[in-house]
Amino acid sequence: MSELTSASPRPRSRPAPALQRVLAHGRYETRNTLRNGEQLLVTLILPLLVLIGVHRLDLISSATGGIDALVPGVLALAVMASAFTGQGIATGFDRQYGVLAYLATTPLGPTGLILGKAVAVLSVIMVQLVVLGAAGLTLGWSPDPLGLVWLLAVLVLGAAAFTALGLLLAGTVRAEATLAVTNVAWVLLGAAGGTIFALDHQGPGVLLLLLPSAALGEAARAAAADGVFAVVPVLILASWAVLALLAARRWFRWR
Amino acid sequence: MSQQPLCLSLRQVRYAVGSARSAGGVTEILSGVDVTAQPGQVTVIIGPNGAGKTTTLNCAQGLLRPSAGTVELLGEDPYRAGADLRARVGVMLQDGGLPQAVPPAVLLKHVSRLHQNPWPLDDLVDRLDMSDFLTTGIRRLSGGQKQRVALAAALIGDPEVVFLDEPSAGLDPQSRQVVFDLIEQLRDQGRGIVLTTHLLEEAQRLADTVFILKDGLVVRHGTVAELTAAHDGAHDDAQNGTTGQRADGPARRLVFVSPRRLTPEELHAAPLPVQLDGAGANQAGARWAVSDIADPADFGSLSSWWQHIGLMPSEITFESRTLEDVFWEVSAP
Repeated sequence: MSELTSASPRPRSRPAPALQRVLAHGRYETRNTLRNGEQLLVTLILPLLVLIGVHRLDLISSATGGIDALVPGVLALAVMASAFTGQGIATGFDRQYGVLAYLATTPLGPTGLILGKAVAVLSVIMVQLVVLGAAGLTLGWSPDPLGLVWLLAVLVLGAAAFTALGLLLAGTVRAEATLAVTNVAWVLLGAAGGTIFALDHQGPGVLLLLLPSAALGEAARAAAADGVFAVVPVLILASWAVLALLAARRWFRWR
Repeated sequence: MSQQPLCLSLRQVRYAVGSARSAGGVTEILSGVDVTAQPGQVTVIIGPNGAGKTTTLNCAQGLLRPSAGTVELLGEDPYRAGADLRARVGVMLQDGGLPQAVPPAVLLKHVSRLHQNPWPLDDLVDRLDMSDFLTTGIRRLSGGQKQRVALAAALIGDPEVVFLDEPSAGLDPQSRQVVFDLIEQLRDQGRGIVLTTHLLEEAQRLADTVFILKDGLVVRHGTVAELTAAHDGAHDDAQNGTTGQRADGPARRLVFVSPRRLTPEELHAAPLPVQLDGAGANQAGARWAVSDIADPADFGSLSSWWQHIGLMPSEITFESRTLEDVFWEVSAP
């Protein structure tokens, strides 16, 4: 072991600029997500299999309204996977292992940590958009050009709502419980919560349209297929985002 | 104690969990802790399990907001401070705080990017002998290797103040030596080191100042020499004052091994306070300690007592009082 130099005035330790810190953490979390086999399975491979599988089984004509309705639904499913399941599980285990507490003591701090996670979620969503969008186009998806802008806005809002829900869960219960709940909820909401398959707008089942998954699916389909900014689903989704953010702010525990 | 500028100051810090409305009520973890630390010194906090050591560190690091009292870290309130303060402080948490899925190289490079002038990673890897496992996932590392990664993560920002919670836990003797040497070098560079430990030999070797916590209070503090002195020169915080008299050196104590159990009457008749050494039991072969043997007359009176009760110790040794002795005195119920 070499000796340290003797006592002398050292330059004061300084933090990197704030934007650089947030982007660095965003890159770090994105890398971890895309190199983690389980995360990759949930965020990309399973949505891709759903897209190809539902399309190949020819269910789309009767259940999803065609490939133009299926692709936005699968994109919504993918956003739920990265924002809710992925972030929830990763944050839950980071909390359990004290990683959140450690990073909160670095120049990143709690605020930088949350912003960095947001950058990571958006980065993963961009990858999902490219991969799943390309697969959809190959299968014949022909989205409304203006609707793509609305779709992007809806997916970002959905990411905010589901990230807040994932963090709320990760910050309040044990990591193992977060793992179980986010996975089960993702499957249930994806299959029967109005994400991939549109819900019936008649009868008592209409209440299911208040689910964040249904709001995200409805708004995404309206944007991509019809080029419409669906106000009611967007308002429902925004309400979920605000409520989940407030709840996470109130109950999230760093350790 | 010398009047140098402080890098850390906790004044009458209290920390409680729970609420009056909850079933468990309010539990006070810290009941008015006073701790200070100076640059270029190693400040060690010791105490039994549950004494409040980690909570004290967490308040000092800004991870917890005290219920009452003030905390100043490098002149700022760490709970409210921003990135400028956090860049000057390195933290090693008791549970490591390490992500399990990434290799040490990825974590350390990431944290170094949060600083403008980080410690060169290659140098840190060399000092802590981490090159063999730098690209292995942290979950696959041994406990000692994880400890070294956590220490590197605390130092990567080249901090002025370093908090180390049980830095040598799980380390083999060789790795422990590496960590001890590094801590001493950090001190010599003028950094302030605040650490907790259960290893009292470690504390005795490294500490410039020791704070002993018990039940959420600092019950004694001072230099090792003050704490182990014949006439206790340490600050007896529990009695709300100082005993004031500085000692010239550590007290001598006598330890004898009894070939049989001692009765309460025999112990009552002892001319000086006789206590079981450490956590031993009153039985044949027990080690008994007599503190503050400062005069040949003390030894004479002990010899008379042995004669009176018909006891021939199987072993008699003189030892200097250690921090462990002080710890046991303070920790006694």
